[in-house]
Amino acid sequence: MAQETQNEIQNPIIRVRDITVQFGATRVLDGLNLDVKRGEILGFVGPSGAGKSVLTRTIIGLVPKLAGSIEVFGVDLDSSNTSQRRNVERRWGVLFQQGALFSSLTVRQNIQFPMREYLRVSQRLMDEITMAKLAMVGLKPDVAERFPSELSGGMIKRVALARALSLDPDLVFLDEPTSGLDPIGAGDFDELVRTLQRTLGLTVFMVTHDLDSLYTACDRIAVLGNGKIIAAGSIADMQASQHPWLRQYFHGKRARAVMS
Amino acid sequence: MSGDPKLERIAKGNALALCATGTWTASFAPVLERMVADAEKLAGGPQSIFIDVSEVAKLDTFGAWLIERLRRSLTKGAVEAQIAGLSANYASLVDEVRRVRATPVIETSAITITGMLEQIGRGVAGVGGTIASLVDMLGAVLAAGAHVLIHPRSFRLTSTVHHLEQVCWRAVPIIVLITFLIGCIIAQQGIFHFRRFGADIFVVDMLGVLVLREIGVLLVAIMVAGRSGSAYTAELGSMKMREEIDALRTMGFDPIEVLVLPRMLALVLALPILAFLGAMAALYGGGLVAWLYGGVDPGAFLLRLRDAISIDHFIVGIVKAPVMAAVIGIVACVEGLAVQGSAESLGQHTTASVVKGIFFVIVMDGVFAIFFASIGM
Repeated sequence: MAQETQNEIQNPIIRVRDITVQFGATRVLDGLNLDVKRGEILGFVGPSGAGKSVLTRTIIGLVPKLAGSIEVFGVDLDSSNTSQRRNVERRWGVLFQQGALFSSLTVRQNIQFPMREYLRVSQRLMDEITMAKLAMVGLKPDVAERFPSELSGGMIKRVALARALSLDPDLVFLDEPTSGLDPIGAGDFDELVRTLQRTLGLTVFMVTHDLDSLYTACDRIAVLGNGKIIAAGSIADMQASQHPWLRQYFHGKRARAVMS
Repeated sequence: MSGDPKLERIAKGNALALCATGTWTASFAPVLERMVADAEKLAGGPQSIFIDVSEVAKLDTFGAWLIERLRRSLTKGAVEAQIAGLSANYASLVDEVRRVRATPVIETSAITITGMLEQIGRGVAGVGGTIASLVDMLGAVLAAGAHVLIHPRSFRLTSTVHHLEQVCWRAVPIIVLITFLIGCIIAQQGIFHFRRFGADIFVVDMLGVLVLREIGVLLVAIMVAGRSGSAYTAELGSMKMREEIDALRTMGFDPIEVLVLPRMLALVLALPILAFLGAMAALYGGGLVAWLYGGVDPGAFLLRLRDAISIDHFIVGIVKAPVMAAVIGIVACVEGLAVQGSAESLGQHTTASVVKGIFFVIVMDGVFAIFFASIGM
């Protein structure tokens, strides 16, 4: 047990090696390598259509890969058995781009869905934790009995985050969490992610286009281009990079506005 | 470091310390909940109580909330229970859960007699609404049709042809197969029972009249309601869910003209064709069984068929087809456009589309039967 914990602390939480993903004749990811360290917030950027979501979905196991290996929490997802895989899935949370809330369940039922499956706790505790999660993501308690179709876009994002966090995971995947939020809401969201990372020791894998998020929330940034990671490092490294796309991204008009 | 969570009671002078140790996380939530419930019974005792969390190895929202819940229930008296030894790491988490108000009671509606009666009442009142919305859609489709007649350029030929392929051409194999089998079964049953009276040959009369007047078109209409009506409802419903229909409207297009009219037209053209093919397949199947099982050779079968049926029988059958198609199409489109935001709603309306479509098809068949009987066809 102690040995295992020791290993887990030293090794990266996600280790991606030589991943190749192909749709028909188009090669989306081409021998990609990536490490995500324990406890960090990794911001993942790249041009639209570069395959950021594809990589996320490949790691979670929703997109089949042609070659390569993926280890999460030190478990190779290809060679793991069902119970090992279930164990890994229980320890991560995923926030999908469109929220992916269950439309026939209320907000409360959506957030309690994973708890109901994995934990044997009383309805009272589930209700209380649901309220705590809602408060954490900045929603009022009266949202709990609403259906997803009755929520605004930003509220859907928040509820989806609350659901992703409902089992207090060690790792969360956020696919464009702040897109569609107003700047204040997006700022709160970044702050929230930081708080959760600090308090829960969360590791965050965040696909984003929001420069503010990159500056304020992320510890490290990885850039995807041509099916590979073209750069990874701190925001200062990114700004120093001479890669044309990075220069445009981090020295464009919008980036200057954020930095000033 | 980590280990099973415990909550130990240690007396410290006048005060009682509840020392929390081990891992206070979601995986241990059931154990934690029981321990906290036990400790809550200490509330109201003479001693002052504080909760010591300095030995907690790991804390998450579940653990933090349970500690907070314990603190609250111990606080009920005059003195406030304190949490001691909170590390800086977890302080913000505990602060976070401290802001949570007590859970509102979630009322679950009990099943009562009045509730059931209300449901029935609403159901009956809803029938009127259903009829009104069908008439509404019929009017809208006719208006869109009239608009297209005046402005033929706004007619969507590509879309109509596409839907015609979907509901007619692609439906041919399954429709022909099923009507063929039904024709076989009717003939087999007919021969089996008529043989006792030595009236084998009358199976041809029965088959001809039944297939051309009723079974051919009714069976095909029911299958089309299940196959294409449900598809229409699901297509329109998911477009409604994704706001695609609203998008069309804001661009100045009439969804009825763009989406509903081509579908209706395709269905109205498709059903007579399918009904004809279905009737032929059923006659063929019946003839085959009559020959192989009943010993009625094809020549005799055709001769008898010519005597037994007239063109009237065929017309009575085929005239019903476009009307039934219109009914199926209208029901399907009304249901599709009534879909609300959830997947459940889509499922309900698709079911309703098929059930109502088949119901109205049978009702229409009855109305036609009365009509043709009165005009002597």
